[in-house]
Amino acid sequence: MKYLLCALLAVAAVLAPLYYYPTFLMTILCFAIYAGAFNLLFGYTGLLSFGHAAYFGFAAYICGYAAKSLGLTPELAILAGGLSSALLGLIVGYLAVRQQGIIFAMVTFALAEVVYFICLRAPFTGGEDGMQSIPRGHLFGFIDLSNSMTMYYFVLAIFLLCFWMLYRIVHSPFGQVLRAIRENETRAISMGYRTDQYKLAAFVLSATLAGIAGSTKTLVFQLATLTDVHWHKSGEVILMTLLGGLGTLAGPVVGSGLVVSLSEGLAELGEWVPFILGVSFVVCVLAFRRGIVGELLAYLERRRQSTVPAETAHSDSTPAQSASELATAGEKR
Amino acid sequence: MLDGLSLQMLVGQLMVGLVNGSFYALLSLGLGVIFGMLNVINFVHGALYMTGAFASYLLLQYAGVPYAVSLLLSPLIVACLGVFIERVLLSRIYKIDHIYGWLLTFGIALMLESVFRKFYGVSGKPYPTPDWLTGAIDMGFMMLPTYRAWVIGVSLLVCFGTWYAIERTRLGSYLRAATENPVIVRSFGINVTLLITLTYAFGVGLAAFAGVLAAPIYQVNPLMGSNIIVVIFAVVVIGGLGSILGTIVTGLGIGLIEGITKIFYPEAAHVVVFVIMAIVLLTKPTGLFGRRVR
Repeated sequence: MKYLLCALLAVAAVLAPLYYYPTFLMTILCFAIYAGAFNLLFGYTGLLSFGHAAYFGFAAYICGYAAKSLGLTPELAILAGGLSSALLGLIVGYLAVRQQGIIFAMVTFALAEVVYFICLRAPFTGGEDGMQSIPRGHLFGFIDLSNSMTMYYFVLAIFLLCFWMLYRIVHSPFGQVLRAIRENETRAISMGYRTDQYKLAAFVLSATLAGIAGSTKTLVFQLATLTDVHWHKSGEVILMTLLGGLGTLAGPVVGSGLVVSLSEGLAELGEWVPFILGVSFVVCVLAFRRGIVGELLAYLERRRQSTVPAETAHSDSTPAQSASELATAGEKR
Repeated sequence: MLDGLSLQMLVGQLMVGLVNGSFYALLSLGLGVIFGMLNVINFVHGALYMTGAFASYLLLQYAGVPYAVSLLLSPLIVACLGVFIERVLLSRIYKIDHIYGWLLTFGIALMLESVFRKFYGVSGKPYPTPDWLTGAIDMGFMMLPTYRAWVIGVSLLVCFGTWYAIERTRLGSYLRAATENPVIVRSFGINVTLLITLTYAFGVGLAAFAGVLAAPIYQVNPLMGSNIIVVIFAVVVIGGLGSILGTIVTGLGIGLIEGITKIFYPEAAHVVVFVIMAIVLLTKPTGLFGRRVR
């Protein structure tokens, strides 16, 4: 059943650019990676980073610089962007990880402001104007990416690669430790895990993937601006993940699709968009914490349990369980 | 570099730093008190500071309410808004992970800011300095603008008044007790829910008060909240949570350091607070005056 769904999705993904504007789809894919990266940290490890735009935007600039001024091929430029955000994530993570919950979030927020300030002042970013006319270049030296369709498949490939990585990270012993840290860090420590190291590793991984998302976005739009590092972008990705479903792999993709579509659809309302975003936040936090995918999985789980009542719950946490557990995890904290 | 500096310039810049520091102190005090009591980071604090400034502007524009009355009325209005926010929205997240409080208040802040931006754009609206505070005091070696002296003075008064109220009065002791163990305090018959609501209202009232004070200096601008909230966060991290005096001192200190940095290395003035934050995080993670590790 699951494989059928995957096959259908694969077909849809391949055929999509024939029906939808490729740039629109590529935007969704880039932000899906960004949201997936954030989800790794918040949904699976339980760490709220309120400055993720720093990694997204900084990598965007580095990638742009690499492509435009250094003339690197697109895959190398994206790699450069990803590495730069990994480094940034290491620095910020090192400072932030020793702090608990809320202070951690405040530190990530404050340091993201520093990154914003650096991007504002650094000569290579172009300040208020941003970096423009960034060439898409030739993939591996010979595939011309200026064609939207070709670019779409490239972005799709990156998206699949990133989510494959996320899948492997989450469904690994490392991922299990991250989940343990989210559920009860003290107990994880008492079992001998150096939780600070795990948290830092998750942070760097998350920053790297966010950076790859930002770099890819730069090549799609051929533009890198200050809005990419502004904390509104941090808030946007939180909303996407929350709406889509925290602690699920599909959630970020759904959330990204929803928010990007809404932003496009509501574009005429211009100044009201932040207001609507704010309202969505409030509604989501109060009534919809599991997100679309989370609620769906919880519903499916309830149906499964009502039809097979004798089946005992597995210790290996299924996505539905972890999604519903996350929403109630507050009582354990 | 130092030869071109006159004493006037130096002290003038220090005064500006102290004025900024007064705002930092008032705002981080409110934030810290709310955090202590509700365990929620009130992201909307900046937006409510802005709302306080706008309230005084609107009161003046449409009702001719003078500055002195605004100083009391605007915090009251914002405090009522705070009561609404706390009772209707915030209280629903107490039973779950309090980090959602940040996200919730972030959403509210977005809403507030976008409403003001829609109607007033991003340029500032002027607010005139009240007549009885214009001019300057002749200090001999320099002229000290009266309004700046007023801001520093009244902020210090309110800050220490708050400290006294919390640390030395009976109501303050209820508050401190409820912060540590609300269940037991409730069992003594004290209405902790009411205490929480009042604390939140007071905290945001402080923010609005700072907003009114800021109006003649910074002009009334929908973005003034988000511009300052990051610095406030850094101040709270540096000062640590748990000590009221610590928060006040840190706020003033950061303002002063920013002022000094502006003299010698102006470009760094905005980021110096974050550099200090990074240093403090590396050397004393609970903050300079932090007492509790939550």
